[in-house]
Amino acid sequence: MPLLELKQVSKTFGGLRAVSDVSLCLEKGEILGIIGPNGAGKTTLFNTITGFCRHESGEILFEGRSLIDLKPHQICHRGLVRTFQLVKPFLQLSVLDNVIVAALNRIKTTKAATEKALQTIEFVGLKEKKHTLATTLTLPHRKRLELARALATEPGLLLLDEVMAGLTPREVDQLIGLLAEVNQRKVTILLIEHVMRGLMALSRTVLVLNYGVKIAEGAPEEVVKNPQVIEAYLGEEFGKEAGRGIELAQGKRD
Amino acid sequence: MTRVYFLLGCLFLILLVLPLFLNEYLLGIFVFIFYYAYLGQSWNILTGYTGNISLGHSLYVGIGAYLSTMIAMHLGISPWLGMLFGGLGATLISLIMGYLAFRFGLRNVYFVLITIAFAEIGRLVALHLKPLGQFMGLFIDFKPGWQNFQFKGNLPYYYISLGFVVFSLAVVRATELSKVGRYFVALREDEDAAESIGVNAFKYKMIALGMSSFMTALAGTFYANYIFYLHPASIMSMALSIEIILRPIIGGLGTLFGPLIGSFLITPLAEISRSYFAKAGLEGLHIVIYGFLLITSVLFFPRGIYSYIRRALFSG
Repeated sequence: MPLLELKQVSKTFGGLRAVSDVSLCLEKGEILGIIGPNGAGKTTLFNTITGFCRHESGEILFEGRSLIDLKPHQICHRGLVRTFQLVKPFLQLSVLDNVIVAALNRIKTTKAATEKALQTIEFVGLKEKKHTLATTLTLPHRKRLELARALATEPGLLLLDEVMAGLTPREVDQLIGLLAEVNQRKVTILLIEHVMRGLMALSRTVLVLNYGVKIAEGAPEEVVKNPQVIEAYLGEEFGKEAGRGIELAQGKRD
Repeated sequence: MTRVYFLLGCLFLILLVLPLFLNEYLLGIFVFIFYYAYLGQSWNILTGYTGNISLGHSLYVGIGAYLSTMIAMHLGISPWLGMLFGGLGATLISLIMGYLAFRFGLRNVYFVLITIAFAEIGRLVALHLKPLGQFMGLFIDFKPGWQNFQFKGNLPYYYISLGFVVFSLAVVRATELSKVGRYFVALREDEDAAESIGVNAFKYKMIALGMSSFMTALAGTFYANYIFYLHPASIMSMALSIEIILRPIIGGLGTLFGPLIGSFLITPLAEISRSYFAKAGLEGLHIVIYGFLLITSVLFFPRGIYSYIRRALFSG
């Protein structure tokens, strides 16, 4: 049984079909990347899966049970958590307090939740910042905080919406390492990403959306050679960069 | 925090012995300082901690005052017990409002409007109910005694209202440290983010509203048995709702001590200026001063005075 299964999911805003008959299958332990030009429906797909917007038709199954009509917090209790493309830290709270709220998803007492939060903060490399107010964090740190909050809920499936956008290449590499480690801890990952290096290095399967429609799905090295994908999204230049990402990934595997 | 607890302990001891040095008039001012600090703290739970602005908290004061008084008058039940019924009545009404507001996702201005609408409905209903005295208002018989919650002189009221303040501080501090309190603050900061990490927004907003209205209603019972006269124009009015929110805003929204500090600043000023200006034929001038103070504090202390005091305490 797949961990997450979408069967012909559609979502319409007025006359616009933002997501159109998208199906996907995500096995436990896998990393699936979603790419596509701006407005392709990637974030809408995330919003639909996580209960932030109602879907029109289709089935969304998590561990074989439907997620339809569940609220975001119920979906989080089921073990599916997302991050936001425009990060949403609790600005007037410290990094630690931000993460404690998330840790309380599975843990009853604030004391144990604090422990869990501290471990998670250390894991994402924000230990020195734990007492800093989120409002004073830089963007890369806010992205890490967003990740820490998601992880502290102890998810089985992590949905990452452009966590690498706006980071320097070095920061991207660090994050790739971090996410690979998360994945080794049996967390399945579904990620939307424009940073091709990151996407190609992490995902075993890539799904390409364009105008809400799935136009390709397959191993990263195949997808980047698909003429339709190059035309819709990658372009010649990106194609080359993606190629470098694959070499990087292969280098790591060797 | 230990330093804060120490200072708080000192302040509490001072307030315990202070009545020895105060006359009836000054005692009365302190009663109102505590009364408004308590009301502000009750409101603070909803607005300061979860970020849902209520401009209709006078409704709960009114429900608490009228319910406990009617129960005492007609059933002979002590206001001490009636106070709990007042609290439950207010909670029931607030949760009906909360259900409508939160179920349909009313936020910000729209939530403010529904709180005002409910308070106005409450005021108009109270104004036209015969048992509540209609336009004449309701006079409460003076039968001093512990079981009647009525006393000669201000001293017992001083200690009861001080007790209310201590109770509210304890409730809010315990909440701050609990899961519930952390969820409240998360909702204030970002409701979508909170939902995404497992916070049931509807449930926790209802809890905050229920706690807040219950506590507010207790103050209504206190008021009824301190003033002995109830009229919707004074206890269910928009003016009271504004009085309630002024102190926590000036003292520091969403902080433990904001309402108390705000009340120590505003209440004496209001009481003294009210009586002096009235003597000089300038009734209402204190409201102008309120306006000035509010503007000043919003401009210069946008996060409330407590945040500056706290900084001074921890950097010194």
